[in-house]
Amino acid sequence: MDGLVTKAGGWLALTLLALVMAALAVDAPFAVHMMIVALAALIMLCVTLTRADYSGLLRGLLKMPADQGAYDDDPVRWGVIATIFWGVAGLAVGLYIALQLAFPVLNLGLEYTSFGRLRPLHTSAVIFAFGGNALIATSYYVVQRTCRARLAFPTAARFVFWGYQLFIVLAATGYLMGVTEAREYAEPEWYVDLWLTVVWVVYLTVFVGTIVKRREPHIYVANWFYLSFIITIAMLHIVNNLSVPVTIFGSKSYSAFAGVQDALTQWWYGHNAVAFFLTTPFLAMMYYFVPKQAERPVYSYRLSIIHFWSLIFLYIWAGPHHLHYTALPDWAQTLGMVFSVILWMPSWGGMINGLMTLNGAWDKIRTDPIIRMMVVALAFYGMATFEGPMLSVKAFNSLSHYTEWTIAHVHAGALGWNGMITFAAVYYLVPRLWGLPRLYSLRMVNWHFWLATLGIVFYAASMWVAGIMQGLMWREYGADGYLVYSFAESVAAMHPMYLIRAAGGAMYLAGFLILVYNVWATLAGKVRDEKPMTETPYNAAADRPLAPVPAE
Amino acid sequence: MATEPAEKRFSHKKLERNITLLGFFSLVAVAIGGIVEIAPLFWIDNTIEKVDGMRPYTPLELAGRNIYMREGCYTCHSQMIRPFRDEVERYGHYSLAAESMYDHPFQWGSKRTGPDLARVGGRYSDEWHKAHLIDPRSVVPESIMPGYAFLADRDLAAGDMARDLTALYRVGVPYSKQDIAKANEDIRAQADPEAGAGDLVKRYPKAQVRDFDGNPDRVTEMDALIAYLQMLGTLVDVEKAAPQEQAHAPDAVSGAAR
Repeated sequence: MDGLVTKAGGWLALTLLALVMAALAVDAPFAVHMMIVALAALIMLCVTLTRADYSGLLRGLLKMPADQGAYDDDPVRWGVIATIFWGVAGLAVGLYIALQLAFPVLNLGLEYTSFGRLRPLHTSAVIFAFGGNALIATSYYVVQRTCRARLAFPTAARFVFWGYQLFIVLAATGYLMGVTEAREYAEPEWYVDLWLTVVWVVYLTVFVGTIVKRREPHIYVANWFYLSFIITIAMLHIVNNLSVPVTIFGSKSYSAFAGVQDALTQWWYGHNAVAFFLTTPFLAMMYYFVPKQAERPVYSYRLSIIHFWSLIFLYIWAGPHHLHYTALPDWAQTLGMVFSVILWMPSWGGMINGLMTLNGAWDKIRTDPIIRMMVVALAFYGMATFEGPMLSVKAFNSLSHYTEWTIAHVHAGALGWNGMITFAAVYYLVPRLWGLPRLYSLRMVNWHFWLATLGIVFYAASMWVAGIMQGLMWREYGADGYLVYSFAESVAAMHPMYLIRAAGGAMYLAGFLILVYNVWATLAGKVRDEKPMTETPYNAAADRPLAPVPAE
Repeated sequence: MATEPAEKRFSHKKLERNITLLGFFSLVAVAIGGIVEIAPLFWIDNTIEKVDGMRPYTPLELAGRNIYMREGCYTCHSQMIRPFRDEVERYGHYSLAAESMYDHPFQWGSKRTGPDLARVGGRYSDEWHKAHLIDPRSVVPESIMPGYAFLADRDLAAGDMARDLTALYRVGVPYSKQDIAKANEDIRAQADPEAGAGDLVKRYPKAQVRDFDGNPDRVTEMDALIAYLQMLGTLVDVEKAAPQEQAHAPDAVSGAAR
């Protein structure tokens, strides 16, 4: 009963506090955000009160799920659905802004729908909402299985899930209203950053707590990667978002750092958002789901140790390669370049360890579209982590920087590596989490695979061509010694490339919609009557001994 | 030392069985790079060269800069000219670290869907900027920039700018007590030549005082944004900064700068 009173009182206090903040707000977006916080707290208050009537009062048990024999998978199920939901949102916004670049009239002349506000919405929705939910869900799933233990703090685990959704809603609505710190991938304002810090610390507690109560002597390799992800993201997030609010009743803040220091701090963060949000924990997914789906052990235990420590140690140094030839001191640029090139090795260590896990199971590429997705994900990981070091070399960077080549590079990584491995994990998880015999349709997974793969090819190829063309046009001199092209001419030359890119993005989104339908039909309990992916020929008529033929 | 075999003194198995050790060492591994690269920038003196002319933003320019950030202009426009012949000819002298020393946050950008803006100040007239922001394709047919017509219709509601200046003062921008006290008057003073600029230009050298959007009755968001764009790259005397740089710069670079 005391617990109920404290909890309900806490939510009530938070509701009132948010309402007071909203009333005193000096700008409209801050007021809207505080209203959202108040509403969320109010819902939690209602949930706390209604829930307590049944289980709290009658049975004295508040949050303990009935069956201690099963894993605590509720937050994982929610996480899978949230991953799919935010995935559709993020990809749809991406397609829309891609079309805006081809047809600027689509900006509609409204502030809420202009490219500058939608672009952070796209990047954050894909990285933090789609990727983040996939990571929270799979980390909860994997840590329980590999530790043979239920989640350590069930209530806290649920708080992490809902708290993270609140963070996403606050960040996304903020971008639309123009609330931004204007630093790429760290756009949310100070109060949203503080909220995420709270959620993240609780996430760390749940994850570490579960490892502490594990029933296995060893901590499985996937958990090293998840742990490094949670710890390092906390460090990056806190340092990079140090800022001074103009007033605590307003959304605006100013970064604690300026100019060159701010630039390097930001790209130390930005590059390691790639490293510790989009690489390390997705490798953790690889280390669990690839061996599971292939039914083969991880290729090399020793390689996983070496590439784990070298990857996390080296990645942190690579940030300055985003600032080549800028006003950043030369020594820092060179240091960043050297470490970026060395980074190629541990990156490929991970790819090799994943691909070679298929040793003895290569035939599954032909028969299992989920394995196929995993293999293509690893192939794109390998390609992106070769291209990355290459683009970090100053000579390449002088051409590629500021151009669409960068866009090609990040999308090869995001669509190819992060997207594909996440799709594979979702297809693996859905039947298992809901206790169903199999997916609605494996053939639709195959369609998804081909649409996505072709979409990436169109996307990356068009942006490579666009980027190189841009870089060359900007620096082209005529025989008369003057620059040949005006900037506007290079913009006009992009139009066909932007169209092809949008077509590639549309194919990728179409593939994702097939996933949505497939998962929805699976959850509805349907099983599609379809031809299996592979058939060994069998002829019952021929399957009998030769009848003796009497001699004439 | 050599009496014990290496794997007895340290085995990775220890880390695999102890979450505290694993977490500690993974934090150490990721902390080193950042400390070595970022921390020295704060106390190596020649990170930011000494130049003449840098000053904090006037309140109107700052309000314009906040609109620039709000609309996500940095997603398509860089403010960092690299020391290449083509960039220097296209955009002007390459950017100096000192030119963004009061930028909280920096707006160097990472993508040029549109051109670099580091030295756009003074290149076009106010009328051109206004027409371009309202309908970019009316002046640049190839442009794919969104239109920002709403800026001209909207009064600049920057709130109490004294609080913004105070926040920036707290993070190290040298605004004086007078600057902070006069922050709100300064907005009006810079955008409305009739109001009388007072000592604005004395406190903010090279500040441009005029009605920027062709509508002297109101101070609009358009006024603020154009005021910001028109001051970009106009403060520092880059030729004066050049000699101390040429001591380090390779010949090709200093040749291009001329």
